[in-house]
Amino acid sequence: MSLSAADIQEIMRLVEASGFDELLLETAGTKLTLRRGGAIPLAAPAVTPVAVAAPAQAPAGVVVPAPVAAPVVADGTSVESPMLGTFYRAPKPGAAPFVEVGSAVEADTVIGIVEVMKLMNTVRAGVRGTVTAVVARDGALVEYGETLIRVAVAE
Amino acid sequence: MAIRRVFIANRGEIAVRIIRTCKQLGIETVLAVSAADRDSLPARLADRAVCVGPARSSDSYLLVNTLVHAALATGCDAVHPGYGFLSERAPFARACEQAGLVFIGPTPEQIEAVGDKLRARSEAIAAEVPVVPGATVDSVQDALEAATRIGTPLLVKAVGGGGGRGMKRVDALDDVTSAIELASAEAAAAFGDARVYLERYVSRGRHVELQVLGDGRGRVIHLGERDCSVQRRYQKLIEETPAVGLSAPLLAQLREAGVRFAQRLHYRGAGTVEFLVDTERDCFYFLEMNSRIQVEHPVTEAVTGVDLIAEQIAIAAGAGLRLQQDDVHFTGHAIECRINAEDPARDFAPSPGRVRRAAWPVAAGLRVDTHIEDGAMVPPFYDSLMGKVIAYGADRAAAVVVLQQALAATHIEGVATNISFHQRVLADAEFRQGGIDTGYVARLVASG
Repeated sequence: MSLSAADIQEIMRLVEASGFDELLLETAGTKLTLRRGGAIPLAAPAVTPVAVAAPAQAPAGVVVPAPVAAPVVADGTSVESPMLGTFYRAPKPGAAPFVEVGSAVEADTVIGIVEVMKLMNTVRAGVRGTVTAVVARDGALVEYGETLIRVAVAE
Repeated sequence: MAIRRVFIANRGEIAVRIIRTCKQLGIETVLAVSAADRDSLPARLADRAVCVGPARSSDSYLLVNTLVHAALATGCDAVHPGYGFLSERAPFARACEQAGLVFIGPTPEQIEAVGDKLRARSEAIAAEVPVVPGATVDSVQDALEAATRIGTPLLVKAVGGGGGRGMKRVDALDDVTSAIELASAEAAAAFGDARVYLERYVSRGRHVELQVLGDGRGRVIHLGERDCSVQRRYQKLIEETPAVGLSAPLLAQLREAGVRFAQRLHYRGAGTVEFLVDTERDCFYFLEMNSRIQVEHPVTEAVTGVDLIAEQIAIAAGAGLRLQQDDVHFTGHAIECRINAEDPARDFAPSPGRVRRAAWPVAAGLRVDTHIEDGAMVPPFYDSLMGKVIAYGADRAAAVVVLQQALAATHIEGVATNISFHQRVLADAEFRQGGIDTGYVARLVASG
């Protein structure tokens, strides 16, 4: 049995909704490790649907067969973190996120906050278009250059 | 407290070196990398690497808050700063402490005490450690008295000068008055400050430094000296231990002075007290203290068998000194060559780029500390150190032979290296005789 892209997204959705931090799934020819990203676990950066899909930076703990990985890639330009820090999707806990999938953004639209030792740095989209994916997890450590969101750039 | 996960705020060969000892100790490592170092050897060897910023070190390896944030967010309990970068910046050590991270090094106060040259000099005087004799000049009469006390040759230096500007050498006491008047007038014109001071001129000096370890509570041991006189423009090229040709009393006094200096500070961790040995007067002066691990620490490890990184970690973890002075034994001779990506044929110009092939030697008595392998990058943003080849032998001659064979077997393609220059030094009669002074490399280069 092999997993399709849709299967993996469905599994991730289930893990997201569950109280578990980690899932290890082994089937014939496929080994999948999902881990709630960001905080203390050492093995890998935040694991989210699109992080899995980014082949160049596939986290070490995630093994996905190549044919499965390809279709999961969300279209659009990566908006990368300008610094290492903790990523926040919303201006404060409980507030609505700055952007969601489908949000229209301008170059100066704030898409999130990266906190470095209590210093809040706003991150702007830098491009005009529509958000196709929110990649970085809220509250997770993001590295310099790590993809935060993807945007389908308007023509 | 037990240290379980170390954040390494450094790159290159020293990052590899720190990871090696951490692995042996069962300590996990998280490495800070810039965007230029994402694919480096240490990034692959560390349990985890986090990208802290773009290539420029001012935007990555020098970002205090970002590094502390990264260390905390990755669950580290200690920070190893390596050498260079933030290793001797008190604010970094302080930020680590305030964040609850163990800084593997001295206290911020100790870093400050030795980081300021004037303050370090007064600390040395207080510890009865000799400093280069000198005096400020308030009047011509004062100056004559001071010059007599200091002895010739001496230098008249402008207080506002620097980098060799505003200096006059005086060889006879009769010339002191006129030299001071001339220097003072020139200094007023050039720097807007007529003040001058006198300092003994050391025409033949050797750079000899003492490795110390302190428990932070006043107990200090030394692990012997290193001779680092093979320097080019204050950049060390070859280091060795023991320092040959020093009289037994001078060496004993130098060791006692270095320990005394560190004891007075209640120094914590590994440090190096640097001295200038005046070979003509057979005496030594305190230069400065480096409050970190040194590039050339492996030669000390080779002759003592002590893992200095492991001792740094043990002291940081509160274990204190695990060695008594009597436990430190010195066997044989070790010499290190720094292999840099620089071209001796083009005045040692840096030669960054992609290393097509890197074949490092393997032999008995040989150690190579490097981060460069086939396909590695030498980025233009950092120092050009590619690796250190450290040879050990029963005596100096044996170590030189091991080193010569090792360099002949070292093949680096894609970037220029200074290997040929090292080979020239190792074959040179004056070097082989031992005890060369810090002017040696400049004379060798000038001789063609």
